[in-house]
Amino acid sequence: MRSLMDIFHFLLQNHEEILELTVEHLWLVGISTLLAVVIGIPLGIVSARWPVWNRPVLGIANIIQTVPSLALFGFLLPVPWIGARADRLAILALTLYALLPVIRNTYTGIRGVDPAVVEAGQGMGLTGTQLLFQVELPLAVSVILSGVRVAVVVSVGLATIAAAIGAGGLGEFIFRGLAMVNNQLILAGAIPAAVLALSADFGIGWLERRLKPR
Amino acid sequence: MEGKANQPVIEFREVDYSLPSGRRLLHSLNLHVQRGETLVLLGRSGSGKTTTLKLINRLLSPTSGEVLVNGAPIGETDVIRLRRGIGYVIQDVGLFPHFSVERNIGLVPRIEGWPAQRIHERVEALLRMVGLDAEVAARYPHQLSGGQRQRVGVARALAADPEIVLMDEPFGALDALTRDQLQREFLELQRRLNKTVVFVTHDLREALRLGSRIALMDAGRLESVLSPEDFLRSSAPLPSALCKLLERV
Repeated sequence: MRSLMDIFHFLLQNHEEILELTVEHLWLVGISTLLAVVIGIPLGIVSARWPVWNRPVLGIANIIQTVPSLALFGFLLPVPWIGARADRLAILALTLYALLPVIRNTYTGIRGVDPAVVEAGQGMGLTGTQLLFQVELPLAVSVILSGVRVAVVVSVGLATIAAAIGAGGLGEFIFRGLAMVNNQLILAGAIPAAVLALSADFGIGWLERRLKPR
Repeated sequence: MEGKANQPVIEFREVDYSLPSGRRLLHSLNLHVQRGETLVLLGRSGSGKTTTLKLINRLLSPTSGEVLVNGAPIGETDVIRLRRGIGYVIQDVGLFPHFSVERNIGLVPRIEGWPAQRIHERVEALLRMVGLDAEVAARYPHQLSGGQRQRVGVARALAADPEIVLMDEPFGALDALTRDQLQREFLELQRRLNKTVVFVTHDLREALRLGSRIALMDAGRLESVLSPEDFLRSSAPLPSALCKLLERV
């Protein structure tokens, strides 16, 4: 009980720095998710439309996913412009990790649209673009969002490791705590990160259900 | 148009269709569909009925030979224009689940740029035409019964007043009573609208009841094209075998 109070106390005392690092954390996750969505959804659409692209696109995204995060940070370090600043590097790495769930769910969502609905749309004379924007994407939106949700939740966790290369975020506390063998410090990073992940999970999950076609 | 009165609305000339794997689904098909008639494509599953139908709105393209609509080879026309002039009704209906009935029916008019008021009036008229209450317009497909859904499917196909309507076993998934009622309504509607209809079914009764002519297909070949009366009198092996089956029930 005492230790719980201590942690609470610690969190209160350091609320300013926690808030600052949380904002930094959100920035890393937010920008990388946005980039992953902007890149991943079109890639998912392309691989759903033209099956030749499915294997290479998902294959590459899959391979990226298997690279350990610390190693990926290392690999990206020599890349010009990107490697020059830690936050750029972290954002790129997080984006690459977030791509897979976004691409895969866009692909699955579009492919999962009832074939009868697609056939009816084509038979009625919808153009490819009309079919995509009026039928396929609206019907796939909840599946796509669930991919985004997975991407965000994973990113919130991964972004803590970005502190290892000096990109900031809640990982700062965790690494400091590890170095000083101080559990309170570790928790000061881990608790807000968990709260972030859970609220993103809940928030996007809610949106997903709202947008689910009947 | 008067001078073309005898020109078939749809014409198949030596049409072959093979899958990319090389399997041949259709063998040198020659077929004419006249203005205002209901041509029924009858045959068992895999006989090539649906393939034939999809060649008309270019959901499939012939491997060789050509399909003509109003005398023009459809391979050379704009596929989107072609399809918007052809109503298409399928067994699974394929209503857009995220659109209300009104938006489903009004979709083609909307993308054709009709004014909203005209679309609204057209939807009301179509709902009446297929025997549905105006209040159905606001509902979503999942709130409808199977029979209602298929009625909406028919209304949607008729929305932009196409000259040709293609129907692929539209009543196949319905219970016997609903099917009977929709067949009756179809005849009624066809008497009034005089569309050129190509109707796919494997049900001989349905074919005899609805068709002006019956095109009997077997294993990718057209066996015969007969009026319902001639079909019943035919001594050819396949039609007479089918008619015997009919007597047994």
